[in-house]
Amino acid sequence: MTQPIRLVVRRTSDVSLPVEVSTRIPSVLDAVHESVEILARHAFAGLTPTPECERLRNKLKTLLCESLANAIVYGHHEDPTKFVGVRIEVDTTMVRVHVTDTGDGFDPAAIRPPLDPADLDRETGRGLLMIHKLADSVSFNPQGNSICMTLRRP
Amino acid sequence: MGFTATKDKGGVMVVQVDGQLIVGNRQELKQLVQEALDHSERKFLVDFSKAGYIDSSGLGALVSISKKVREQGGELRLSGLNEDLRSLFELTKLDTLFSISDSTKQALAAF
Repeated sequence: MTQPIRLVVRRTSDVSLPVEVSTRIPSVLDAVHESVEILARHAFAGLTPTPECERLRNKLKTLLCESLANAIVYGHHEDPTKFVGVRIEVDTTMVRVHVTDTGDGFDPAAIRPPLDPADLDRETGRGLLMIHKLADSVSFNPQGNSICMTLRRP
Repeated sequence: MGFTATKDKGGVMVVQVDGQLIVGNRQELKQLVQEALDHSERKFLVDFSKAGYIDSSGLGALVSISKKVREQGGELRLSGLNEDLRSLFELTKLDTLFSISDSTKQALAAF
């Protein structure tokens, strides 16, 4: 990691209010894993570690990996001076993840994953498909440079 | 967390994924398999029984490794995928590209 990650965690004694974890991550692919682990640890800090919770945590980590890698590679072209914004809200019913870059954005409808037999050898292009599969709902801002992914809590 | 490589009695290189196969460590796996290919290894089993999550970069790395192994006349199998991980292979249709076994034992017997 090139520089420390500064995390802001908002947690209150009122359980009806969401726990909020936010940070900015430098656009370096090597920073993704550590950032994902730290974010998931803090977002789920108060949760009982049941198998269902562990499953949810792994889904959250995969969604973070996908969206951060997309923002870093396609949004910021791996420019380490640019930062990706991440905000995670956890309440009693759901986990919501917002990932925002400062790039031009893209049209998610234009992405075609390599599903034809002749294309299966392609190394890339499956990220968005996986995000839609793992998250219970997915939305983008009009510019296409900010994604919001929601996971329902078991 | 990373990868643990061992060779079984039948000459299969068993690579265990510890924790995750993602954008941050996929190169390490690619390098490990490439070096083994350079040392004339041809049978590979990637075991996911200790893996928690895989992202699309990890899947892409497996696709790339599989191609290289096939080009060298070798064989690559996967095992130990939990329900969530297996569903990602089905979603991306990569279950049709890879030979997937439930357990390491079953996978080793299939070589």
